Amino acid sequence: MTRMIVSFAPHIRERVTTSRIMLDVIIALCPAFIAAVLIFGPRAALVTGVCVASCVFFEWAYQKLLKKTITVGDFSAVITGMLLAFNLPVGIPLWQAIFGSGVAIILVKQLFGGIGKNFANPAITARIVMFISFPAAMATWAPIPVDAISSATPLELIQRGDLAALPGMWDMFIGTRMGSLGETSALALLIGGIYLLARRVITWHIPVAFIGTVFVLTALLGIQPTFQLFAGGLLLGAIFMATDYPTSPQTRTGRIIFGIGCGVLTVIIRAWGAYPEGVSFAILFMNVLVPFINKLTMTKPLGGIKKKP
Amino acid sequence: MSKLSIFMKGIIKENPVLVFALGICPALAVSSQAVNAVGMGLATTFVLLCTNTVISLLRKVIPDKVRIPCYIVLTAAFVTITQLIVKAYVHPLYLALGIFLPLITVNCIIMARAEIFAKKNRLFDSVIDALGMGLGFTLALLAIASIREIFGNGTWFGIELPVLAEHNISIFMLAPGGFIAFGILVAIANKVSNGRAAKLKESGCARCPAATACGKGGAA
Repeated sequence: MTRMIVSFAPHIRERVTTSRIMLDVIIALCPAFIAAVLIFGPRAALVTGVCVASCVFFEWAYQKLLKKTITVGDFSAVITGMLLAFNLPVGIPLWQAIFGSGVAIILVKQLFGGIGKNFANPAITARIVMFISFPAAMATWAPIPVDAISSATPLELIQRGDLAALPGMWDMFIGTRMGSLGETSALALLIGGIYLLARRVITWHIPVAFIGTVFVLTALLGIQPTFQLFAGGLLLGAIFMATDYPTSPQTRTGRIIFGIGCGVLTVIIRAWGAYPEGVSFAILFMNVLVPFINKLTMTKPLGGIKKKP
Repeated sequence: MSKLSIFMKGIIKENPVLVFALGICPALAVSSQAVNAVGMGLATTFVLLCTNTVISLLRKVIPDKVRIPCYIVLTAAFVTITQLIVKAYVHPLYLALGIFLPLITVNCIIMARAEIFAKKNRLFDSVIDALGMGLGFTLALLAIASIREIFGNGTWFGIELPVLAEHNISIFMLAPGGFIAFGILVAIANKVSNGRAAKLKESGCARCPAATACGKGGAA
């Protein structure tokens, strides 16, 4: 890095590097990956492998072609690949997964300057692009081999008003339900989240504000608040994707505002939107607002004078 | 400037869509199918040819202070003629282009060529300029539309393509896909024209009428 952006003094030196942080995130994603393979079978591993490999390849190829420094070694493309795969149904055609990886790495990340400079989360944006491009494939949920339950996600069932077919709370918690690869197992995602908090890779502000807002609002609206927490991609989004460094606010107040915004938008889309799930749209929308949130919640240095806006 | 270079500059070096970023609205709106893109391009070229010709002829007659209203009246007249011709002889195209056909009246390319070129150049040069710019506009639209139709629908000019027909990426048929295709082509045009699109002096901040208002005057 040639240009460092330094915040206010005092400073503490730490031996934290980008690749160390990224490795921690990969470790935190492993429980969800194992859960995905157990729930959806070996194809889950195949889809994840293809997404990771193509993300790393696109990053390498783009930087090679444009004669830029190759930053594949920081593992960030691996995470993008894993997160993207976790947002896809297990039966997704592989060429579509590769297309999504290309969108994530080239269109969303590298064209804006590479790691740390993208304004939107690559995996989220790629998921939305795929969702719009392949509406049929992105909503085809292969039956779960473990015990064949209905072929719709819990949120789709709620939208249709088919409440009798909903899986039980225990299925929701351990993840034996319909959904994208990595979003179903609340247990595995929570283990990953606790690991990230313990390693101080993320702070609690965004996930707690995000999940808390969804809980409170769904409780007010009376649409199964505890069920909503485990349904859809809420935990995956709140723990792993809304906390992405370049696309989330830098201040604590900002992070809480960001989390609440994500939660409100998610509930609005889930309750009244045409789509059953709104986590990814909510995060993308709030990503766009991050520069403004940062500006509004800027801290002043010790002894400094507050600038008039 | 030689006659050939006046003609050629509209195609890549000063392409109205990809370098000057003019006429983006029709370029994105009607570019989901190659046929419509060509139709739109030709209609615009025809109007541009007429306006450039007449404005060049009248350049000493039109008073400077009221030139913009004069240009608009002239453009509107020719657009009406074009609209009626298209409606009478190519009715499917008329239906496909919809509101964007009458909107050629306010197409920035026509105003820009009148302002930049026709009002200070002779008739023959203005005609060549109109043809070059019109061709550049048509080609840019065709390029955007080809990307969108081939990948979004698996067809080109309505002909089904093997493999791609079963593997649609439908975002290209929607507005975001239009912007993505447009962005990719701007990048290519910028590369081909050696970064001219990025640092064009004629359309930079210094020449912008709002330069004093935004406080960046002269910074370009």
